[in-house]
Amino acid sequence: MRSSRAFLTTTGAVAATAIAASVAFAPASAAAETIRIGDINSYTRLPAHTVPYRQGAILAIEEFNRSGGVLGRQLEFISHDDQGKPGEAVKVAERLFARDEVALISGSLFSHVGLALTAYAKKTKRLYIAAEPLADALVWAQGNRYTFRLRPSTYMQAAMLAAEVAKVEKARRWATIAPNYAYGKDAVAAFQRVLTDLRPDVEFVGSQWPALFKIDAGAEVEALKRLEPDAIYNVTFGGDLAKFAREGKLRGLFEGRLMVGLLTGEPEYLDPLKDEAPEGWLVTGYPWYDIETPEHKAFVAAYRQRWDDYPRIGSVVGYNTMLAIKAMLERAGSTDTEKMVDAMEGLSFDAPTGPITFRAIDHQATMGAYVGWTALRDGRGVMVDWKYLDGAGYLPSDDEVRKLRGGQ
Amino acid sequence: MADFIVSLLTGLSSAAAMFLVASGLSIIFGVTRIVNFAHGSFYMLGAYIGYTLVQAIGSTAVGFWAAVLIAAVAVGAIGVVMEILLLRRIYRAPELFQLIATFGVILVIQDVTLWVWGSEDLVGPQAPGLKGAADILGKPIPEYDLALIAISPLVLVGLWALFKLTRWGTLVRAATQDRQMVAALGVNQRWLFTGVLFLGSALAGLGGAVQIPKGGADLLMDFNILAVAFVVVVVGGMGSVFGAFWAAVLFGILQTFGIQILPNSTLVLMFLVMAVVLIFRPWGLLGMPETLGQAHPGPPEQPLRPALPRVRILGGAATALLLALPVAHLVLPQLVGAFTLVLVIEIMVFVLFAAALHFIMGPGGMVSFGHAAYFGGGAYAAALLVKFADAPFEIAFWAAPVGAALLAFLFGWFCVRLSGVYFAMLTLAFAQIAWAFVFQDMPGSVLRTFGIADEFGAPLKITGGDDGLNDIWPSAWAGTRIAYYYIAVGLSVAALWIMRRFLYAPFGYTLRAGRDSPLRAAAIGIDLTRHRWLAFALSGAFTGLAGALFLFSKGSVFPTTLEIARSFDALLMVLLGGVQSLFGPIFGAAALTWLNDLFSVLSYWRFLLGVTIIALVLLLPQGIVGFAGTRLGRRLRLARPEEITA
Repeated sequence: MRSSRAFLTTTGAVAATAIAASVAFAPASAAAETIRIGDINSYTRLPAHTVPYRQGAILAIEEFNRSGGVLGRQLEFISHDDQGKPGEAVKVAERLFARDEVALISGSLFSHVGLALTAYAKKTKRLYIAAEPLADALVWAQGNRYTFRLRPSTYMQAAMLAAEVAKVEKARRWATIAPNYAYGKDAVAAFQRVLTDLRPDVEFVGSQWPALFKIDAGAEVEALKRLEPDAIYNVTFGGDLAKFAREGKLRGLFEGRLMVGLLTGEPEYLDPLKDEAPEGWLVTGYPWYDIETPEHKAFVAAYRQRWDDYPRIGSVVGYNTMLAIKAMLERAGSTDTEKMVDAMEGLSFDAPTGPITFRAIDHQATMGAYVGWTALRDGRGVMVDWKYLDGAGYLPSDDEVRKLRGGQ
Repeated sequence: MADFIVSLLTGLSSAAAMFLVASGLSIIFGVTRIVNFAHGSFYMLGAYIGYTLVQAIGSTAVGFWAAVLIAAVAVGAIGVVMEILLLRRIYRAPELFQLIATFGVILVIQDVTLWVWGSEDLVGPQAPGLKGAADILGKPIPEYDLALIAISPLVLVGLWALFKLTRWGTLVRAATQDRQMVAALGVNQRWLFTGVLFLGSALAGLGGAVQIPKGGADLLMDFNILAVAFVVVVVGGMGSVFGAFWAAVLFGILQTFGIQILPNSTLVLMFLVMAVVLIFRPWGLLGMPETLGQAHPGPPEQPLRPALPRVRILGGAATALLLALPVAHLVLPQLVGAFTLVLVIEIMVFVLFAAALHFIMGPGGMVSFGHAAYFGGGAYAAALLVKFADAPFEIAFWAAPVGAALLAFLFGWFCVRLSGVYFAMLTLAFAQIAWAFVFQDMPGSVLRTFGIADEFGAPLKITGGDDGLNDIWPSAWAGTRIAYYYIAVGLSVAALWIMRRFLYAPFGYTLRAGRDSPLRAAAIGIDLTRHRWLAFALSGAFTGLAGALFLFSKGSVFPTTLEIARSFDALLMVLLGGVQSLFGPIFGAAALTWLNDLFSVLSYWRFLLGVTIIALVLLLPQGIVGFAGTRLGRRLRLARPEEITA
């Protein structure tokens, strides 16, 4: 008897929780005036990268709503977790469009999640603005009418680094270390291609491919040393980068070698290293502390006031994504998908990081990246001698882009 | 030579952390027979607690090592709490049921850790006194690596002394060999188990804490170490501490030299080695065959009987309801929204997946940890046919079950010769190999070695690696939501019915005979291996069918469909529903998919889901269908009087 009574009690409790949850989170019966933006990102899988994104986006939405909204309507930001799984992201997209009646979806960080949503947008003819996924295929091989991307892609960032390297350094023997998945492979391939074009005399003597977030840093460092390179191109990030930087320093890997790091200067990756941040690496990143333009200073001040924290690269990407959506809605004058897509093509707007245009040819935005050298300041890693490179200058020719998109 | 020595030492130091974690897992399994999935979470907690303590008191060498030890003890205490509040209540549940309880603990710990320590990776401070690099034959090697190399033999000797020289250790060894005999001799198993959980968890915590100066703490550590720990334990032999030690040393060294020779081998090396070891030594390097009488302590399983009339009526009604749902959607779109149909499609996919796994796991007694290989493998077979042969949906769809069956046929030949946890781990190894195959796009790389590459010399994209295969949708006639709904519901209900027919046919009886008594089954002339092999391939085919339904409902396929987490999802569904009933996987899959969808819109949803799973486990130790066996269920005529379990 005890058991069945206990069972009833829990069933009741679970059911009550479930019902309460569905009631609490059912869409507030469509206040038709608000424009809803569906947000999908990996909030449980990689919170360190996605939560700053959401905070930047919410900051922008709140600013818009305070100044009267867009098209006279308030904006609503509905944010859901994709658990880092592409299939889950597609389901969340269906829920956002069917149940929450959002006008468009935006967000995502992982490339495979972004690509799944790209295919979904094409099939259902709904607008998807990819914020952070870096895969080149998103706008090229898999590109379609309904998908746009804001952040500079793997190819663009790698090309920026290669172009800078070609200008300043004489290193000839190169080794690479990159996580063993599509992003790492693409980042190495793009860097090799652009650098070899600019400096035909360089030689790539070997590549190391640690498993993502499972690097055996000591072993990888020993393997790199055996290759005896003049310079090393690093694509590892997160915990892998921390382990690689520490082992490399202790084992003398960096002495007398040029180190180049993709994304290594982003606060997400540099800050956890504290006073052990690598010095003298050429990196792409986000030196938010030293960007002196009034627009950017205003953004940092507003962000700090709202969240009591400093912005990461994700924050500014989130903020810029919402700026793009606002500019697009104003240009389209409607939330009709076809009109929104037409408005996105060639859309220009001003962001804290400078002017950005969504290219009509491949739907890639020209948002750039900051390239500079790492240094230590007050016990933490920073970027110095940096400059902002506009993304427009680091894309393949239009003919090549058309070929890559296969006439889509 | 100097390079060789330095590499060797590097390998030995990475073996140290592996050994500490694996030895704890091995001891817990050896005595309690619990497959403790929360072990990786204890490792993560050790790192986080250790980090906090080192920040507080670790500025001196004494303080640092004290912090590491306190962290280990604290994690041991958490293990004790888990044993007393949770595991102790479900030791008599069906075998492996404790696994889902520990899975609930994983979810809870993930969110608690995020809440307490925040999301940013914590990079550990270096150990005081061991910050520099030592000079070995003119090559630098971090001093802390040398300390790690010293720690693991010390722990090994300590464990050896504990097991050989104390009465408690003698009891633990006795329980590892024959638990029932120890119980018969009047030893209080409760305290033995509690003590073992403390020791094992503390070792995991120690492993997490000592690696702080090599890395730190991050939120992905728990799953990242879990697979490694299981591989080390299994290769060494479950329950053997010395085995775990030698396996850790083997992997540490293999890893170090492996990535110098084959830099691309990082994903698959361990699993390849495990597969080879298990094929030639089915109980690991130093493990022993399972002794007879070591079966789990629960009551014997009820024989399969035809469903009761009321259960049949309920099943028919549920099917009718499923078929009527799209009509309700057209008539009353406010009540039954479009997303409801999407959710039901997803639920049916996972019901089919879980039922196909249950097909071998319940009646066959073969627990697969790697069934995602056939789910994703089937999906990839269909997707590749669409991409490279322009196959129409109607043909490509059927390539999934066929392809998955062939894959299961191949892998199954090796697996079905093993039993118990070793069977499970070999299926896991093959699933990881299949995952690495698509993840690294091995076919594309092979083509490149023959000079076939794209215009830039990069490998051709065949499986597409992590970027997957995109834009694969059903034909126009099947592409609408309602049409696809009927395809998904129709095919999965049909497949469930066919599987049920198989299990009520002589084939099913033979499978169960083999599960309950392999010796007697063999004695009456049954070729068990062949039956198990066939069942494995059939299960693969049905899993592949679920994979096809999944692929065409999402429009793309990625390596994530083959990853360990996907296999564990299916395992959880079967266990949560109840492994002893054919209805179990249906309820388990529906409940988990629905709860996941319900909770995942909330922040800290993993905590909620974890707590819900733990509550269900405690209240229904026979799984959700165990409800039918309660007095209430019997009164509702859902079970026969003799099937009361509580």
